[in-house]
Order: sequence, then C-alpha cells, then structure tokens
Amino acid sequence: MTPVYALFDDPAVVQRAVDALREVGIADREIVVMSSEPFEEWEFSHRDKADWLYKVAGAGGLVGFAAGAWFTTATQLAWPLKTSGMPIVAPWPNMIVVFELTMLGAMLATVGTLLVTAFLRGGPRFYDPAISDGYILVGVAAPGERVATIAHTLTAAGPTRDPVPVQ
Amino acid sequence: MSRTRNNPLADDLLRPLLHTGVWFYAAVAALGSVVACGLAAWGYQLWHGMGVAGVNWPVFWGFHETNFVFWIGISHAGTLISAILRLVNARWRRPVTRCAEVITVFALMIGAIFPIVHLGKPWLFYWVAPYPSARDLWVNFRSPLVWDFFAINTYLTGSLLFLALPMIPDFALVRDRSTGWRRRIYGTLALGWQGTTMQWHRLEAAMQIMAIAIIPVAVSVHTIVSFDFSMANVPMWHSTIFGPYFVAGAIFSGIAALIIAMAVLRRQLKLHAYLHDVHFDNLAKLLLLMSLLWGYFVTAERLTVWYGNEPHEMAVFWATQRGQFAPLYWTMVTCNFIVPVTILSFRRLRTVPGAVVASLGVLVGMWLERFLIIVPSLSNKQLPYSWGQYAPQPVELVIMGATFAAMALLYTLFAKFVPIISIWEMKVGNQPHPDAVTASEDEMSELWKVRP
Repeated sequence: MTPVYALFDDPAVVQRAVDALREVGIADREIVVMSSEPFEEWEFSHRDKADWLYKVAGAGGLVGFAAGAWFTTATQLAWPLKTSGMPIVAPWPNMIVVFELTMLGAMLATVGTLLVTAFLRGGPRFYDPAISDGYILVGVAAPGERVATIAHTLTAAGPTRDPVPVQ
Repeated sequence: MSRTRNNPLADDLLRPLLHTGVWFYAAVAALGSVVACGLAAWGYQLWHGMGVAGVNWPVFWGFHETNFVFWIGISHAGTLISAILRLVNARWRRPVTRCAEVITVFALMIGAIFPIVHLGKPWLFYWVAPYPSARDLWVNFRSPLVWDFFAINTYLTGSLLFLALPMIPDFALVRDRSTGWRRRIYGTLALGWQGTTMQWHRLEAAMQIMAIAIIPVAVSVHTIVSFDFSMANVPMWHSTIFGPYFVAGAIFSGIAALIIAMAVLRRQLKLHAYLHDVHFDNLAKLLLLMSLLWGYFVTAERLTVWYGNEPHEMAVFWATQRGQFAPLYWTMVTCNFIVPVTILSFRRLRTVPGAVVASLGVLVGMWLERFLIIVPSLSNKQLPYSWGQYAPQPVELVIMGATFAAMALLYTLFAKFVPIISIWEMKVGNQPHPDAVTASEDEMSELWKVRP
C-alpha cells in the first residue's frame, strides 16, 4: 500500500486540509498528521488524547505502595530486632519508604507505558525529514484506490509541497 | 514568525551542537584538570584513610556532609521549579525549564557521591541498599540514612526521566539535520520519533503526570535530608522546623544556581534572543521572595532557641552569634539576606548582573548555612567533655573544589551535545492561536468587501 501525503507550513491550512479529507470520506483514524511541535489549540490535533495514562500512573502508584508496604513490613518481621524503643513494624519510618516507592511506581509506570505505546508499537511507515524544518505533514497511510481523490484534496488545500506517493 | 526552515530558532539553538569552538576544548581541559585533582585527592584519602580529612571525635561530619547537603539543595532548582511552572502553564518557563532540570540531575549525582566519599570503606557503600545479606539481615528501615537512599534514588530517577522525555523530539530534530555518526547517535536517542498527534498527546500527558509526581518527591527529598539531623538528639538539630527550613533553603540556593547557569549560557552561547531580561527578572523576584522566607525561618529558629534558654542549645547559639563561628554566621546573614534583599528589592538594581551578584552571594551564604548547621552543633554537644574542634584539611578543600568543577564540566558537555533550550517548546510559544487566525481572516474578508 502506497501512502500519500503533502507538506504544509501553516496550521490553518492544515486544518482546512484535514476537514477536506473528512468531507471526501476519509475517516479520522486514517488521517496522519506529523509535526515538529504539538498543536494543542487546533482541532486537527484533538485526536488520540491519552487521558487513560493518568489511570496507569495511579495503578503504578498502587503497585509501588503495595510493594513498599510489603517490603518494609515483611523484612522487619523476618528479623524482629527491637530498635530505639520503636515497634518491630514501625509505621512512621516505614511510611517514608512506602511514599517514595509509591511515587517511583507511578513514574515508572507512566514512562514505561509511554515508551511501549508511543514508540515500540510503531507508527506510520513513512516520514519526511522536512517535518523538522517546521513543515506539517498531512497524509493517509493506506489510501487504496482513493489515491487520486486524496492527492487532489490535499492539493486543493494549498500545500507548500504537493502530495507525493511514498514508495 | 515563519514556521519553516527560514525560522532561525532551530539554527540558533542547534549551533552549539553542530559547531565546536576553541572555548569548548579549553573549558573541558581546564575543568577536567580540576576534577582529576579531586579524584586524586579522594584516592589519597582512600590510601591514607579518613585521618587525612579534618573529621575526628566529636566532629565526625565536616566538609563532606556540608557539601552533600549543599548539592542536594542545589538540585532543588531545576525539577521543582520546572514542574511547578509546567503545571501552572507559565509561558515564560519555556527557555528556562531544561537549563533548570539539568542542574537537578547533575547536582543530585554530585551530592549523592559525598556520603560515599565520607565512608572509610566506600567499596561497602552497597550495604545501605536493601538486600538480604548472608545472614538474611535486611537494612534497618528506621535509619534516616536508609530513607536518604530511597529518597535520593527516587528523585534522581524521576528527574532523569523528567529531563529526558522532552528531549526526544529535539533529538529527532538533530537527527534530521545531521549526517554520519551524529545522525546515527541522535537517531537512536530519538527512539523513532515521528511527531504524530498520538505521540505528542502521550508525551504531554506523561510530562504532566511526571510534573505532578515529582513535586512531592522533591519536597520529600530535602525533608528527609533534614531528618538526618533533626532525628538526632544533638543541640539545635532536634527541631520540627528543620524539614520546611531545609526545603526553603534548598529552593533558595537552587534558584541562585539557576540564575548563574542561565547568565553563563546566555553569554557563552549567545542566547540573548531566547533568555530575555524578563526571565532573569522573574527568577530574581523568586530569589527575593525566598530570601525573605529564609530570613523568616532563621529568625523563628533563633528566637525559639534563645527564648527557651536551654544551656546546651545556648552553647551552640552563642558559638555562632558571637563565638568562634560568628564571622561565618554574620557572613551567611549578609550573603543570604542583606545582599539579595538590598539588590533585588529595587527595580534599577534588579538587572542581570545584579541578579548574578545576589545569586553568587546566596550560594556562598547557603554553603555557610549548611556548614553552620553541622559543625557548631557537633563541636558543642550536651556534655562539655565531648566538646571539640574541626578544621578542614587540604584534601577536603580539593575534593570540594573539584565538585564545583565537575558541575561546570557536566553542564558544558550537556550544552554541547543536547539543545540546552527545548526547541519544540519554544516553537509552541510562537504558534498562532486558531481564534487569532480566524479573526484576521474575517477582517481580511471585510477589507476585501469594501475595496473596489
């Protein structure tokens, strides 16, 4: 399958191009937008929000909490040594270790999930280094028989560089 | 501003990476020599034993612990300030965040070395790590030194990730603009970054979560470092104020370090177009605020001790107010309070050089503060038979000097190989807002209507 894309240098024109692709029947999930900066304020970038990542962080924190609580308690009970008049399982000092492991769990879960889902899973199989010069790429990864329609739509939007099929 | 190749932003910020000046080699050679001297001094201390350092009964903690607390304090600048500014979405943060986050990572690394330097047998440092020994004994979780291990490692891990994540899109930019070995290295570091909307959303969500998580961790780290002292029944240490007092002092010295680092970067890398006077002005106001807060904490601490009039605490109190430590104490007050408040309260003096002078004073003052917390209390314990003196020895002075050189060396190398200002975040700051574009298009339409 040959992807097709065009390069733009103005987010307003990109918005028009994305809207035009939708109008000719291209689904949102098929439209690929790549840029060297996030465009949070623009509607074309409002897909693929990652709000679920907060739940992953919370779950990681819970795992860290459980690991910290088990670690401190189990090791203190394994060798019950009285220290400074404190109980064998000393909740106040343990709380410090448990807190640190909770936060560590949340952070590692967040970054681990980011790496797996955003990098290792693999994205579109095409790229243009001109993106790093500030251009915004709009394309379709698998256009099928709609290549001509998509190319025409992108051209009509007024790209800086006309649509190119990728080999 | 044009968004594409003609935009000088990326060219300016990538220049140090792609072109190497003579000053870089000179700086690395000079700083590297000092670091080598420090390593040699440490080797000397290892060979001859801790006796060559000035620490002895009853003052077992001297310069090495002072430097430990000082550098952990410096580390507070970056990640904490950056995280707070990210969460409140302060627009002026963009050129500042990475400069700040780097300070945290390197200062933490340097600070964490000192407990090991202080050990008589540093090759046994792993004993503080939680692992079952041959006798199935675990570390004592009731010891503040073990809390240090967990807190510093959590903060270092979090700070490294917080620094590294937003560097990925910039690595991709360098990858696309370079060739040969540079392209291969930066390509690997970019982890295949393409800049899809999905990648941007996940990166930003992860950064938001990291910012939320790292703030309490940063506060906990210096609170726990303060527990190394306040959990001990030593005069003027066993105090409930120590946690917030240490955190405030850490942020104070951290901001001072950040101002100095930014001033040096601006001058050496010619970043005047990105590190504006307003950035220094904002940080100088923060420094002024922290100076006042520091004064408040010191007054509260000293007044409480003086009013309580406990004999063993008063011995330490008077040693610092008008005894052998008084010159250092009043230098500290001058550097931490009088100089910054005098300079930074007046707009005319709150310039970049003014902020740098005040910051240098604060660094000196905060180092003295750490010293004055540790040494006078250990020199004047409860029973007079355990009173003693401490004088730093050359080996301690050389190691201390080497850590400052190590910080400068690491910072120089980082600025050489990584864009010291986040390029993509700067671009976001220059983006047109959709409403503004729509408005201007409507205005243009109206204009065309009335034209013939």
